[in-house]
Amino acid sequence: MTLQTPSYKAAAISAQNNQTQTEAPPARSNFGELVQRHLSKLVVAPSFAAILVFVYGFILWTVYISFTNSRMLPSYELVGMDAYTKLWKIERWYVAIENLLIFGGLFIGVSLAIGIVLAVMLDQRIRGEGVLRTIYLYPMALSFIVTGTAWKWILNPSIGIQEFVRDLGFPTFTFDWIVQQDTAIYTLVIAAVWQSSGFVMALFLAALRGVDQEIIKAAYLDGASLPRIYWGIVLPSVRPVFMSAFVILAHLAVKSYDLVVALTGGGPGYASDLPATFMYEMTFRRNQISIGSASAMMMLATVVAIIVPYLYSELKGGKRV
Amino acid sequence: MSSLTSALPPAEGMGPRVARWGLYLILLLFAAYYLLPLVVMLSTSFKSLDEIRTGSLLSLPRDISTDAWIYAWTRACIGADCRGMAPYFMNSLVIVIPAVIISTLFGALNGYALTKWRFRGANVVFAMILFGSFLPSQVMLLPMAQTLGFLGLAGSAGGLILVHVVYGLAFTTLFFRNYYVSIPDDLVKAATIDGAGFFQIFTKIMVPLSLPIMVVTIIWQFTQIWNDFLFGASFAAGGAQPVTVALNNLVNTTTGVKQYNVDMAAAMIAGLPTLVVYALAGKYFIRGLTAGSVKG
Repeated sequence: MTLQTPSYKAAAISAQNNQTQTEAPPARSNFGELVQRHLSKLVVAPSFAAILVFVYGFILWTVYISFTNSRMLPSYELVGMDAYTKLWKIERWYVAIENLLIFGGLFIGVSLAIGIVLAVMLDQRIRGEGVLRTIYLYPMALSFIVTGTAWKWILNPSIGIQEFVRDLGFPTFTFDWIVQQDTAIYTLVIAAVWQSSGFVMALFLAALRGVDQEIIKAAYLDGASLPRIYWGIVLPSVRPVFMSAFVILAHLAVKSYDLVVALTGGGPGYASDLPATFMYEMTFRRNQISIGSASAMMMLATVVAIIVPYLYSELKGGKRV
Repeated sequence: MSSLTSALPPAEGMGPRVARWGLYLILLLFAAYYLLPLVVMLSTSFKSLDEIRTGSLLSLPRDISTDAWIYAWTRACIGADCRGMAPYFMNSLVIVIPAVIISTLFGALNGYALTKWRFRGANVVFAMILFGSFLPSQVMLLPMAQTLGFLGLAGSAGGLILVHVVYGLAFTTLFFRNYYVSIPDDLVKAATIDGAGFFQIFTKIMVPLSLPIMVVTIIWQFTQIWNDFLFGASFAAGGAQPVTVALNNLVNTTTGVKQYNVDMAAAMIAGLPTLVVYALAGKYFIRGLTAGSVKG
């Protein structure tokens, strides 16, 4: 009896509490939520403002500069398209563009090929898969300024691979791409593929693991050979990854800067210049700020041309699902 | 590709077994290709200059000498400054630590606000924050240099911290937003009914749940900012340069006898922090890589 009363009371009190609680919140939460919602905006506001200024504002600023005759210091006198017409008359810019096409094409193609092959091979119940994956991916964790130091050495004909092979007893072996005008750009491909192909592997491996095993088993039981299964069923089903990998690699290619600085410095001469190094050279070294800005706008246009259709298709795909 | 026949049921006979060996051989050759630069760097950094001259690219050091490391750390000349890599290593720490903390904090708050307290236009705000990260930094370099000048931050660590925080926001916000989306809204609703406010819910409920994504974000930001070269080269001057810029200056100095062992030791010093982080927490780094890439 003595126990019953308090518990009964407690229940009553709690019921009362519940009542007051369920009544109170709507009143407070209308007001409270209003404050909270504004709080949410206030919290995001500094970041959003910073991005508006430092990204979008700066882009407009660069657009403006590209229409001026700024040289050593930015000037704000508009002169129209001068910088663009000048830019497209500079031979070095054409070299940079051509290099970007060669470099970008090979870099994307070879990285995709190696990445896919490695992913498929690693997908064969490999012992030590974890260790191999770690090894394949570590280049992404290091700055190219760091690993470029080693690559520069390896590719240097008088101390690197060329010398190594000559010492093995092939005195005429030649591998001097890095010091030749027309081949220096290919050394950038070698190093860039080295850095990014492991990453492509990781993207594809994750996708392969998501493919329905039953379909593969069924195809196998139907007598399809393994290469056929991969070529005909597995790879088509991970098509979206091709798209993402392509966009990421293209994006990396256009932005490539560290790579060139560390490996060739754009040389010999300017034979291995890319747009990013061209822009830096014009803006910060040659006092051609307006031309540098015009080249930056060209880079922006290229990236936007790659990114926007991709994002558009992604978003459309997202809605369909 | 025929080496893949052993994938499904365990294969029998000699052919598949040979194929399997071939498969491992190829995988190991690739591992060697990826490891080559690291091995060359490490082994060269422990050699004496004499040994470099007489030995070959791939030979391991006969007498392990740490002289090059000590020289690179304390006495190597970066430009006219012969204090070694140590002060630049410290510069990088001074830049990286606050930049990582601030950008992660803002990312967490943004992610929380954008998912649990959605306001009208939240998606547009998020899309605009994210889209900026796709665009080449070259379009922002010159105005940034000017702005840092106006703010009196030109050439200083403070300027680089600001730059890295701002340009890191897209990724940190993305990471936290995508993580918080999967946390049930009911949790937040229940807490509001109990009278908890915006920040209380954040610190008491969201933060304790965020450990995995926080690790991913911190590792990602640390790696990105430590490895940065473009911003460091553009905005830092002389003594305030980060370690990557110092390394590049050291390696590209052409005066005197080239000390390859010192170059390699300096490169290892500059790369060691991110390499160690990768070795210890590679899983989280890879998660960041793929999370960042799925959305772009």
